[in-house]
Amino acid sequence: MTLREIRDILTAEVITGDADLEKEIKYGFAADLLSDVLSLARGTGVLTLLITGIIHPQVIYAGNIFDLGAIIFVRGKRPAEETVKLAIENQIPLLVTSYIMFETCGRLYQHGLKPSIPKVKNG
Amino acid sequence: MAEADENIRFHEMFHIEGGNFTNAGAISSQVKKILKGAGFSSKLIRRTSIAAFEAEMNVICYANQGNLSLFITPNFLKVVVKDEGIGIPDVNLAMSEGYSTANEKIRELGFGAGMGLSNIKKNTDEMILTSKPGQGTHLEFIVYLDQQANE
Repeated sequence: MTLREIRDILTAEVITGDADLEKEIKYGFAADLLSDVLSLARGTGVLTLLITGIIHPQVIYAGNIFDLGAIIFVRGKRPAEETVKLAIENQIPLLVTSYIMFETCGRLYQHGLKPSIPKVKNG
Repeated sequence: MAEADENIRFHEMFHIEGGNFTNAGAISSQVKKILKGAGFSSKLIRRTSIAAFEAEMNVICYANQGNLSLFITPNFLKVVVKDEGIGIPDVNLAMSEGYSTANEKIRELGFGAGMGLSNIKKNTDEMILTSKPGQGTHLEFIVYLDQQANE
Protein backbone atom coordinates (compact mmCIF):
# COMPACT_ATOMS: atom_id res chain seq x y z
CA MET A 1 0.00 0.00 0.00
CA THR A 2 1.06 3.59 -0.39
CA LEU A 3 1.78 6.14 2.32
CA ARG A 4 -1.34 7.97 1.13
CA GLU A 5 -3.47 4.88 1.85
CA ILE A 6 -1.84 4.48 5.26
CA ARG A 7 -2.59 8.12 6.02
CA ASP A 8 -6.23 7.67 5.00
CA ILE A 9 -6.75 4.34 6.81
CA LEU A 10 -5.48 5.88 10.06
CA THR A 11 -6.78 9.43 9.50
CA ALA A 12 -3.16 10.35 10.11
CA GLU A 13 -1.33 13.59 9.56
CA VAL A 14 1.89 13.70 7.56
CA ILE A 15 4.18 16.03 9.53
CA THR A 16 7.24 16.02 7.29
CA GLY A 17 6.08 18.55 4.73
CA ASP A 18 6.07 17.37 1.15
CA ALA A 19 6.70 13.66 1.73
CA ASP A 20 6.16 11.39 -1.28
CA LEU A 21 2.72 9.94 -0.55
CA GLU A 22 3.00 7.45 -3.41
CA LYS A 23 5.85 5.69 -1.61
CA GLU A 24 5.18 1.96 -1.42
CA ILE A 25 5.01 0.29 2.00
CA LYS A 26 4.63 -3.49 2.32
CA TYR A 27 5.72 -4.35 5.85
CA GLY A 28 5.14 -3.13 9.37
CA PHE A 29 7.04 -3.36 12.64
CA ALA A 30 5.58 -2.06 15.89
CA ALA A 31 7.56 -1.42 19.08
CA ASP A 32 7.88 1.05 21.90
CA LEU A 33 11.34 -0.18 22.83
CA LEU A 34 14.19 0.95 20.61
CA SER A 35 16.17 -2.00 21.93
CA ASP A 36 13.60 -4.24 20.22
CA VAL A 37 13.72 -2.25 17.01
CA LEU A 38 17.51 -2.53 16.93
CA SER A 39 17.62 -6.23 17.70
CA LEU A 40 14.64 -7.43 15.67
CA ALA A 41 14.32 -5.14 12.69
CA ARG A 42 17.37 -6.39 10.79
CA GLY A 43 15.37 -7.50 7.79
CA THR A 44 13.44 -4.28 7.44
CA GLY A 45 14.12 -1.54 4.98
CA VAL A 46 12.67 0.91 2.53
CA LEU A 47 9.38 -0.99 2.30
CA THR A 48 8.85 -1.02 6.07
CA LEU A 49 6.75 1.23 8.27
CA LEU A 50 7.77 1.57 11.92
CA ILE A 51 4.77 1.97 14.23
CA THR A 52 5.82 3.44 17.56
CA GLY A 53 5.08 5.76 20.43
CA ILE A 54 8.74 6.79 20.79
CA ILE A 55 9.17 10.38 19.70
CA HIS A 56 12.75 11.23 20.70
CA PRO A 57 15.42 11.78 18.02
CA GLN A 58 16.95 8.32 18.50
CA VAL A 59 14.01 6.80 16.65
CA ILE A 60 15.01 8.84 13.58
CA TYR A 61 18.68 7.84 13.90
CA ALA A 62 17.59 4.21 14.19
CA GLY A 63 15.22 4.67 11.25
CA ASN A 64 18.08 6.06 9.22
CA ILE A 65 20.24 3.05 9.99
CA PHE A 66 17.46 0.71 8.85
CA ASP A 67 16.58 2.84 5.80
CA LEU A 68 12.97 2.76 7.01
CA GLY A 69 10.26 3.67 4.54
CA ALA A 70 8.33 5.75 7.07
CA ILE A 71 7.52 6.09 10.77
CA ILE A 72 4.03 6.55 12.22
CA PHE A 73 3.61 7.81 15.79
CA VAL A 74 0.60 6.37 17.60
CA ARG A 75 -1.56 7.69 20.46
CA GLY A 76 -1.32 11.19 19.00
CA LYS A 77 2.33 11.50 20.02
CA ARG A 78 4.08 14.31 18.24
CA PRO A 79 7.86 14.73 18.09
CA ALA A 80 9.63 18.04 18.65
CA GLU A 81 10.37 20.30 15.70
CA GLU A 82 14.08 19.37 15.81
CA THR A 83 13.20 15.70 15.47
CA VAL A 84 10.95 16.42 12.50
CA LYS A 85 13.81 18.37 10.89
CA LEU A 86 16.13 15.44 11.45
CA ALA A 87 13.63 13.14 9.72
CA ILE A 88 13.35 15.51 6.75
CA GLU A 89 17.16 15.64 6.48
CA ASN A 90 17.22 11.85 6.46
CA GLN A 91 14.27 11.65 4.06
CA ILE A 92 12.10 9.61 6.43
CA PRO A 93 8.41 10.54 6.21
CA LEU A 94 6.69 10.93 9.60
CA LEU A 95 2.98 10.49 10.31
CA VAL A 96 0.90 10.98 13.44
CA THR A 97 -2.30 9.10 14.24
CA SER A 98 -4.61 9.33 17.24
CA TYR A 99 -5.22 5.59 17.19
CA ILE A 100 -3.52 3.43 19.81
CA MET A 101 -0.88 0.96 18.67
CA PHE A 102 -3.22 -2.05 18.71
CA GLU A 103 -5.82 -0.33 16.55
CA THR A 104 -3.15 1.06 14.20
CA CYS A 105 -1.64 -2.38 13.65
CA GLY A 106 -5.06 -4.00 13.30
CA ARG A 107 -6.27 -1.59 10.66
CA LEU A 108 -3.07 -1.86 8.63
CA TYR A 109 -3.03 -5.66 8.89
CA GLN A 110 -6.65 -5.77 7.75
CA HIS A 111 -5.66 -3.76 4.70
CA GLY A 112 -2.89 -6.20 3.79
CA LEU A 113 0.24 -4.84 5.46
CA LYS A 114 2.52 -7.75 6.41
CA PRO A 115 4.82 -8.04 9.43
CA SER A 116 8.50 -7.39 8.72
CA ILE A 117 9.16 -10.50 10.80
CA PRO A 118 6.23 -12.58 12.10
CA LYS A 119 7.95 -14.05 15.17
CA VAL A 120 11.28 -14.25 16.95
CA LYS A 121 13.49 -17.32 16.67
CA ASN A 122 14.02 -17.87 20.38
CA GLY A 123 11.00 -16.97 22.38
CA MET B 1 41.16 -10.78 15.49
CA ALA B 2 42.48 -9.33 12.24
CA GLU B 3 44.82 -6.40 12.62
CA ALA B 4 43.56 -3.11 11.32
CA ASP B 5 46.93 -1.43 11.01
CA GLU B 6 47.69 -3.11 7.70
CA ASN B 7 46.26 -1.56 4.56
CA ILE B 8 43.98 0.88 6.29
CA ARG B 9 42.16 2.72 3.54
CA PHE B 10 40.21 4.97 5.82
CA HIS B 11 40.20 5.84 9.47
CA GLU B 12 38.08 8.28 11.39
CA MET B 13 37.62 8.76 15.11
CA PHE B 14 34.51 10.26 16.72
CA HIS B 15 34.25 11.59 20.25
CA ILE B 16 31.25 10.41 22.30
CA GLU B 17 30.01 12.44 25.25
CA GLY B 18 28.63 10.26 28.03
CA GLY B 19 25.17 11.12 29.34
CA ASN B 20 24.30 13.36 26.40
CA PHE B 21 21.24 11.74 24.87
CA THR B 22 20.28 14.65 22.63
CA ASN B 23 22.32 13.49 19.66
CA ALA B 24 22.64 9.85 20.60
CA GLY B 25 22.78 7.98 17.33
CA ALA B 26 24.38 10.81 15.38
CA ILE B 27 27.80 9.14 15.22
CA SER B 28 26.35 5.87 13.92
CA SER B 29 24.50 7.89 11.30
CA GLN B 30 27.83 9.40 10.24
CA VAL B 31 29.38 5.93 10.11
CA LYS B 32 26.53 4.85 7.89
CA LYS B 33 27.02 7.87 5.64
CA ILE B 34 30.74 7.14 5.25
CA LEU B 35 30.08 3.48 4.41
CA LYS B 36 27.36 4.42 1.95
CA GLY B 37 29.70 6.92 0.31
CA ALA B 38 32.33 4.19 0.05
CA GLY B 39 29.84 2.08 -1.91
CA PHE B 40 29.47 -0.95 0.38
CA SER B 41 26.41 -3.21 0.15
CA SER B 42 23.34 -2.13 2.09
CA LYS B 43 23.43 -5.30 4.18
CA LEU B 44 27.03 -4.70 5.25
CA ILE B 45 26.25 -1.06 5.99
CA ARG B 46 23.24 -2.04 8.06
CA ARG B 47 25.07 -4.68 10.11
CA THR B 48 27.95 -2.33 10.87
CA SER B 49 25.69 0.65 11.60
CA ILE B 50 23.41 -1.32 13.96
CA ALA B 51 26.43 -2.56 15.91
CA ALA B 52 27.88 0.97 15.97
CA PHE B 53 24.54 2.37 17.18
CA GLU B 54 24.40 -0.12 20.05
CA ALA B 55 28.02 0.63 20.98
CA GLU B 56 27.45 4.39 20.82
CA MET B 57 24.39 4.08 23.06
CA ASN B 58 26.37 2.01 25.57
CA VAL B 59 28.98 4.76 25.92
CA ILE B 60 26.29 7.44 26.27
CA CYS B 61 24.35 5.38 28.82
CA TYR B 62 27.20 4.10 30.96
CA ALA B 63 30.40 6.13 30.48
CA ASN B 64 31.69 9.63 31.09
CA GLN B 65 33.20 9.83 27.65
CA GLY B 66 34.61 7.69 24.92
CA ASN B 67 35.47 7.47 21.28
CA LEU B 68 34.47 5.37 18.32
CA SER B 69 36.95 4.67 15.54
CA LEU B 70 36.02 3.33 12.14
CA PHE B 71 38.65 1.54 10.03
CA ILE B 72 38.11 0.47 6.44
CA THR B 73 40.55 -2.08 5.03
CA PRO B 74 40.43 -4.10 1.79
CA ASN B 75 39.06 -7.12 3.65
CA PHE B 76 37.00 -5.89 6.54
CA LEU B 77 35.45 -3.03 8.44
CA LYS B 78 36.58 -2.59 12.00
CA VAL B 79 35.08 -0.46 14.74
CA VAL B 80 36.89 0.19 18.03
CA VAL B 81 35.01 1.81 20.90
CA LYS B 82 36.87 2.83 24.03
CA ASP B 83 35.32 4.56 26.98
CA GLU B 84 36.13 5.91 30.39
CA GLY B 85 33.29 4.74 32.52
CA ILE B 86 32.06 2.43 35.21
CA GLY B 87 33.18 -0.63 33.26
CA ILE B 88 31.58 -4.07 33.27
CA PRO B 89 32.30 -6.32 36.29
CA ASP B 90 31.17 -9.55 34.56
CA VAL B 91 31.49 -9.44 30.77
CA ASN B 92 29.88 -12.86 30.25
CA LEU B 93 26.84 -11.85 32.27
CA ALA B 94 26.60 -8.55 30.37
CA MET B 95 26.64 -10.47 27.08
CA SER B 96 23.57 -12.52 28.01
CA GLU B 97 20.32 -11.32 26.47
CA GLY B 98 18.03 -9.50 28.85
CA TYR B 99 20.68 -8.69 31.45
CA SER B 100 20.69 -4.96 32.07
CA THR B 101 21.85 -2.43 34.63
CA ALA B 102 20.06 0.46 32.91
CA ASN B 103 18.49 3.13 35.08
CA GLU B 104 15.00 4.64 34.69
CA LYS B 105 16.17 7.43 32.40
CA ILE B 106 17.72 5.01 29.93
CA ARG B 107 14.61 2.83 29.99
CA GLU B 108 12.33 5.80 29.46
CA LEU B 109 14.13 6.38 26.18
CA GLY B 110 13.31 2.86 25.09
CA PHE B 111 16.78 1.45 25.67
CA GLY B 112 18.29 -0.72 28.35
CA ALA B 113 16.52 -3.97 27.53
CA GLY B 114 19.81 -5.84 27.82
CA MET B 115 19.97 -6.69 24.12
CA GLY B 116 22.76 -4.36 23.01
CA LEU B 117 25.92 -6.42 23.39
CA SER B 118 24.35 -9.62 22.09
CA ASN B 119 22.96 -7.61 19.18
CA ILE B 120 26.47 -6.36 18.37
CA LYS B 121 27.66 -9.98 18.35
CA LYS B 122 24.78 -11.01 16.08
CA ASN B 123 25.51 -8.33 13.55
CA THR B 124 29.28 -8.73 13.36
CA ASP B 125 31.76 -11.48 12.43
CA GLU B 126 34.19 -10.97 15.31
CA MET B 127 33.76 -9.16 18.58
CA ILE B 128 36.08 -8.61 21.53
CA LEU B 129 34.94 -6.97 24.75
CA THR B 130 37.24 -6.27 27.66
CA SER B 131 36.56 -4.11 30.68
CA LYS B 132 38.12 -2.94 33.89
CA PRO B 133 35.52 -1.95 36.48
CA GLY B 134 35.96 1.66 37.46
CA GLN B 135 38.19 2.41 34.48
CA GLY B 136 36.36 1.70 31.29
CA THR B 137 35.44 -0.66 28.50
CA HIS B 138 37.13 -1.59 25.24
CA LEU B 139 35.03 -3.04 22.44
CA GLU B 140 36.18 -4.06 18.98
CA PHE B 141 34.20 -5.62 16.21
CA ILE B 142 34.86 -6.64 12.63
CA VAL B 143 32.60 -7.20 9.67
CA TYR B 144 34.25 -8.99 6.75
CA LEU B 145 33.62 -7.69 3.27
CA ASP B 146 33.92 -10.97 1.36
CA GLN B 147 31.28 -12.83 3.40
CA GLN B 148 28.61 -10.42 2.32
CA ALA B 149 28.45 -11.86 -1.17
CA ASN B 150 27.55 -15.30 0.20
CA GLU B 151 24.62 -14.17 2.30
